[in-house]
Amino acid sequence: MRGVFVNGIINENPIFRLVLGVCPVLAATTSATNGLGMGLAASFVLLGSNIVISLLRNLIPDKVRIPAFIVVISTFVTIVQLLMQAFVPALYEALGLFIPLIVVNCIILARAEAFASKNSLFLAASDGLGMGMGFTLGLILIGSVRELLGNGTIFGTALFGASFEPMLLAVMAPGGFIIFGLLLGIVNAISNKLSTRKGV
Amino acid sequence: MELTLTNFLLFMVNCILTNNFIFSRYLGCCPFLGVSSKVETATGMGLAVTFVMALASLFTYLVYHYILVPLQLTYLITISFILVIASLVQFVEMFMKKSMPALYNALGIYLPLITTNCAVLGATILNIDNSYNLLWSVLNGVFGALGFLLAIVLMAGVRERLEASNIPKSFKGFPISLVVAGLMSVAFLGFAGLGKM
Repeated sequence: MRGVFVNGIINENPIFRLVLGVCPVLAATTSATNGLGMGLAASFVLLGSNIVISLLRNLIPDKVRIPAFIVVISTFVTIVQLLMQAFVPALYEALGLFIPLIVVNCIILARAEAFASKNSLFLAASDGLGMGMGFTLGLILIGSVRELLGNGTIFGTALFGASFEPMLLAVMAPGGFIIFGLLLGIVNAISNKLSTRKGV
Repeated sequence: MELTLTNFLLFMVNCILTNNFIFSRYLGCCPFLGVSSKVETATGMGLAVTFVMALASLFTYLVYHYILVPLQLTYLITISFILVIASLVQFVEMFMKKSMPALYNALGIYLPLITTNCAVLGATILNIDNSYNLLWSVLNGVFGALGFLLAIVLMAGVRERLEASNIPKSFKGFPISLVVAGLMSVAFLGFAGLGKM
């Protein structure tokens, strides 16, 4: 069970290894706080849908499984949407359209299809938690880099002095693509290095 | 918004260039990165998205205004829209297979992928958020999707050239595509302010 959990964070990190669900990764990382919020919302949906789908795995006919999964997932998304609207309205405003769009996040459907529909409750839940944590950590990393470059802050705390000239591009649309691409390249370089070292 | 020629043209420029789904709204990035390795497949995907997005805008408008609003069920917007889109895609696929086999052969394999294209759900929810009427909703769907088509075809053209170039090993595939997309997005920033309504 621990293996399944860690798998989602490192070996099969949804953002850096599987490169799934790119849209929220780009849209929700204009600051570390937004990244954290989006990560937690997606994790909740992932955990909930994995649990329910694992429980229903013997009841759902194979032919209609995808629509059934989508209904389960969108139910959890609606729950998150209503909760966020009520308790964290500022974050809800900042993420806007991308909260309902968690429904079509490829990671959630992919885990439902590839893992939760074939495994027991316990394994499915830990897979959901692991993947959710991996997703959240990835979002926080990208969000921190973008916020640091574009605003000079991380989680709203200023790190540089007043002389820091913010690189506005980082928090605008192009910055999302470029910084995510560069980070992905760096992660690839590190893991290539590690695997060649292991090989020798 | 009244339907005049000026409004129509401004709206078109706004949807296709200024607020491009990919480059400024980050919608539909999965197929944008996944299906953009060849110009032909990218065109097929873009056209299939255009077709579905126009229909989805029409049907979700009707569902929202004639079912959800009268029954005070507007909080079910996400569930109902995704079901409308999923069943619409299924119907389009069956209909095309039966009556338009040529078009089906060209676009068929892309159709199932469209259900999970967030640009389609995104466009339909944006229609409601911006309270467009039926006509503008459909136009938003069509022009938004044409913007997507433009982006994915441009990207495929660049990626075909990238195949032959010398890229560091760790940057092959997704990382370099993302950087390319970022640079294209910088170019699209040049359209900012154009077609403001």
